[in-house]
Amino acid sequence: MSCVSLSTANRVPRPADTHPLTWRLRDDGEPVWLDEYQRQNGYSAARHALSQLSPEEITQQVKDSGLKGRGGAGFPTGVKWGLMPKDESLDKRYLLCNADEMEPNTYKDRLLMEQLPHLLIEGMLISARALKAYRGYIFLRGEYVDCARHLNRAVEEAKAAGLLGRNILGSGFDFELFVHTGAGRYICGEETALISSLEGRRANPRSKPPFPAAVGVWGKPTCVNNVETLCNVPAIIGNGVAWYQALARPGSEDHGSKLMGFSGKVKQPGLWELPFGIPARELLEDYAGGMRAGSRLKAWQPGGAGTGFLLPEHLDAPMYAAAIAKVGTRMGTGLAMALDDSVNMVGLLRNMEEFFSRESCGFCTPCRDGLPWSVKLLRALELGQGQPGDIETLEQLCDFLGPGRTFCAHAPGAVEPLASALKYFRNEFEAGIVHPAHAEHNQPTALEV
Amino acid sequence: MTSKLIQTDRFSLSDDERAAIEHEMQHYEDPRAASIEALKIVQKARGWVPDGAAEAIGALLGIPASDVEGVATFYSQIFRQPVGRHIIRLCDSMVCYINGHEAIQQALHQELGIGLGGTSRDGRFTLLPVCCLGNCDKAPTLMIDDDTHSRLDTATVTQLLERYP
Repeated sequence: MSCVSLSTANRVPRPADTHPLTWRLRDDGEPVWLDEYQRQNGYSAARHALSQLSPEEITQQVKDSGLKGRGGAGFPTGVKWGLMPKDESLDKRYLLCNADEMEPNTYKDRLLMEQLPHLLIEGMLISARALKAYRGYIFLRGEYVDCARHLNRAVEEAKAAGLLGRNILGSGFDFELFVHTGAGRYICGEETALISSLEGRRANPRSKPPFPAAVGVWGKPTCVNNVETLCNVPAIIGNGVAWYQALARPGSEDHGSKLMGFSGKVKQPGLWELPFGIPARELLEDYAGGMRAGSRLKAWQPGGAGTGFLLPEHLDAPMYAAAIAKVGTRMGTGLAMALDDSVNMVGLLRNMEEFFSRESCGFCTPCRDGLPWSVKLLRALELGQGQPGDIETLEQLCDFLGPGRTFCAHAPGAVEPLASALKYFRNEFEAGIVHPAHAEHNQPTALEV
Repeated sequence: MTSKLIQTDRFSLSDDERAAIEHEMQHYEDPRAASIEALKIVQKARGWVPDGAAEAIGALLGIPASDVEGVATFYSQIFRQPVGRHIIRLCDSMVCYINGHEAIQQALHQELGIGLGGTSRDGRFTLLPVCCLGNCDKAPTLMIDDDTHSRLDTATVTQLLERYP
């Protein structure tokens, strides 16, 4: 039986020189096991890195490639690696793979792990060498049961072939890899919460600094990278920096290829490996087939629940971080969602804020109390029972829960789509307010029940 | 109902559970890290995590029972009360929302007489909401036990239940 993640990425032409992440995918969506992976040049980058390159040279190549984190925040990977302490006496170092894919509208890491488990293992092996990590964990969300099965089998295959364990490929380098499955809660994807969770604690984020590179899991130097980020590493090492930098469309400030998607009210929702810098319009029209018959694009979101909504007029923006920032939000995961006129923004935001509210870890007050309040206001507006002042209260919450006001990025991510919806579709929120003549009281809907 | 939730019998880990937890402990620097896995091991064997399990797990890992209970009540996939034979995890994230997950939820309510968090009277199904299942190009979607089902509508979802006696 083919994987759950069998998708459009399995069906499009995918030459190896332009599709480093997906060219080995099988048309039938079956996982690619070790023999097949090695026949397709698999682990040759790891062999090269372990026999020819020093850890510093690997880090430098990743830095020069311009690879940035693919989990949504987009921090330069080589720079993150460079933060690991230089003190060689700190010899217990960890590489954690963030495989806690739970961002609404994100379905990319599942594809890589279900179908190409060895690509991730090879990426982790090379990265661990660069970071001088002796042990790695793949922190996988519990619901991805097929990913867990496939990764565990691939780890066993790699161990048996001498690609994990002691003295890997005769290089003298040791690296042990474990698959750790979670037990729910979106907040585990925040890198310091992930560390808390891996240690067997409640997944509360930690204060930064100290950054995980200095004080990470069990107090040791730790690097946390997303699945897709790590899967980029073998091709960078194998094909070189110049090749990698030529992958993106001219003009793009981000480098390489990216798993991008379009879901929602489009004709053909899907996932594709595409060059950075491709206009969002091309992604929507040429890949996702445009909007469904009879429906018109009302708004779109470029990369997950924590990114802001954009309008049809923004579709010509090329998909890379700085260009999406220019039109007012973040690229996030690069998996976009299209809305048509049948979607009411108040109901949609109510659904989204219910999610963010439920998934708050409850540690800091603005997030724990502010998000349920936003849900209460949005529910009232959805039912046409909003009070005068409710929209202004929502706007205030967007400020009080914004960047710099909370302990981690959860609440700022929650209010980003809300602020953009209030900006572009204010009339839909206003329609939910009872006429002043019929208002029960002239006070906004309060937090208390 | 409350009386059902309070387990008065003394809880002890089975030999298999104990062995599985001890095996997990070896994967980490610190035994505490196995606490979530330990709860999952107990839940796999018993369907849920009964009262008393926190104390037994805490004793094995060398950490306070209150810490284990704190973990058990934090994570949404650890069940501190009995659940049905099959768990339905209904994705309620935004892409499923705009593709009709609320209609699916209503169909399940009609068929099973339960809302989110409920267990059917015959003990067959428990219905839970779940974060985005990463299947958005095939929405709406849900899981029943370990199986993921995609592109649902109200008719197919009720037929689907028949596969889980």
